[in-house]
Amino acid sequence: MRPVTTASPASRTGRESDLARRRLQDRVSTWLFLALTALPLTITAAMLLALMARSQPILAGHTIRELLTGQTWQPMQGQFGFYPFIVGTLWVTALAMLIAVPPSLFTAVYLAEYARPTTRTLAKPVLDLLAAIPSVVYGIWGVVAIVPWVGASLAPTLNRWFGFIPFVAANNPTGFSVLSGSLVLAVMVTPVIIAISYEVLRAVPDGLREAALAMGTTRWQAIMHAVLPKALPGVAAAVVLGFSRAFGETMAVLMVVGNVAKTPSSIFDPAYPLTALIANNYGEMMSIPLYDAALMGAALTLLLVVLAFNIISAVILRGAVRRAAA
Amino acid sequence: MTDRRPAWKRRHFEERFFKTLMRVSFLAVAGSLGAILLTVIVKGLPALSLAMLTQTPKGGYYLGKEGGILNAILGSLLLAGCATVLALLIGLPMALYLEIYAPRSRWAGSVRLALDVMWGIPSIVYGAFGFTLMLLVGLRASLLGGILALTLLELPIMTRAMDEVIKMIPKDLEESAFALGTTRYEVAVKVIVRQALPGIITGALLAFGRGIGDAAAVLFTAGYTDRLPTSLFRPVASLPLAVFFQLGTPYPEVRQRAYAAALILTIIVLGVSLGSRLLAARLSRNVVK
Repeated sequence: MRPVTTASPASRTGRESDLARRRLQDRVSTWLFLALTALPLTITAAMLLALMARSQPILAGHTIRELLTGQTWQPMQGQFGFYPFIVGTLWVTALAMLIAVPPSLFTAVYLAEYARPTTRTLAKPVLDLLAAIPSVVYGIWGVVAIVPWVGASLAPTLNRWFGFIPFVAANNPTGFSVLSGSLVLAVMVTPVIIAISYEVLRAVPDGLREAALAMGTTRWQAIMHAVLPKALPGVAAAVVLGFSRAFGETMAVLMVVGNVAKTPSSIFDPAYPLTALIANNYGEMMSIPLYDAALMGAALTLLLVVLAFNIISAVILRGAVRRAAA
Repeated sequence: MTDRRPAWKRRHFEERFFKTLMRVSFLAVAGSLGAILLTVIVKGLPALSLAMLTQTPKGGYYLGKEGGILNAILGSLLLAGCATVLALLIGLPMALYLEIYAPRSRWAGSVRLALDVMWGIPSIVYGAFGFTLMLLVGLRASLLGGILALTLLELPIMTRAMDEVIKMIPKDLEESAFALGTTRYEVAVKVIVRQALPGIITGALLAFGRGIGDAAAVLFTAGYTDRLPTSLFRPVASLPLAVFFQLGTPYPEVRQRAYAAALILTIIVLGVSLGSRLLAARLSRNVVK
């Protein structure tokens, strides 16, 4: 953007070569930047392909059904049953969502519909910090605070009153359990669910609220019958995104969940999620045949599930915000 | 049994009930943040000392009772710092392309979708993928491997953050520059980058915070060592793994190092999170409103 001050014939050629240079710069940058934007798709595809290729050996010797439903995990004997790990992951994740979703949605509605502007500006950094805290720090909190609490007071109490319900019977005094993992995970996914639901709720036009209130509804009724139905797809996407975040979380869960390769039968039993399986065995996996293929298979399973969930929620969200605002 | 109370009373009760429930939920969320910070501070503060910050572990990170976590502090800063610079070099042109070169195109839409999907991929999968690539080219667990894994992890976070910031810049600014006869490159680099600078820095710091706190991605790729980082091709220690490994040791003295590492990590991450906000406010002086 060199300023052109003179228009004499002598400077004309200079001006033209300058223009040519700028055109070239523009064209080169276009192609270069375009090539860079191909990276996210390429990386995701490369991840899928690489993990597929690396887990191929395990699929050659075992059927997928055998791997998914096999109960025994003995890599030395060549037995790779993923069932306990998959069930462990599902237990921890599902329970975490049960704990996290109701308060997250109440908080999102509160912040979007009720809270005063000062509360809102206060809530933003709280959510940001909660989202920024590293997972090992959540892990430390789990080990130092949650696990002893679950082991020493929550488990005995719940067991005394609700022990007759099969899922709640406690015979593990340590506290390293499905419930501890779920509690830690629940706090971790809360900021994700709140932030996205909040955005979706704020995108609902005020006219809708005003129309409902003008009919004589209370604010809660306006929210339930006018705002939430409009925001529902987006809120659902927020929950799906939270689920997929919890599903793939590794370190915090690994530190508090006990890591026993046995299908849990109660929320106070230890579990061994897929992510923990991968993280715990990275060192020794090279020496045992098929072991690393099995672990890469576990990573592939995680990737496939998370990809599916993320694509679904991203597509819903895109439509949801547009529709809610329309 | 039907409720005989007048309808408005029931509605009034319902309103108050849910409002209370919402307040309690919000307090619970804020309270958990407080509980976590309290735990880390109570456990970490007594463990923090000058020796902790300036020495490397003596006699092994798992068993050696003497020494500090300087290796992990330096390692983490190097890992996350280099990854952030790399991710910025890739991510900024990408965000500029999405907003200036091909706005509202189908391609931009699919790139954004791919970035959003990448954002959600668990870091342990990045670690496993990075490890696979490293095996392919014969690279062992090293600083370089860790940097690359963290770059992949940070790229979507940073690019999407910058994308959103650039989107907020009024179109008039871009159009007036075009009307003066500038090329898209000049608009992007000389006008938009300057205007979006606070947002770009915020995005970079956000990604740095995510990168420095991540353990699962560097577990396979960066390894761990008691030594200070010296070479791109040697293993390097990191704060999250210092927490993870040293918390599992039977020695209370070594566990102190885990608590100290957790406190330092938390301070860095929260400092970056709050600092980016303040910095963005200060830097926005140069921004045309």
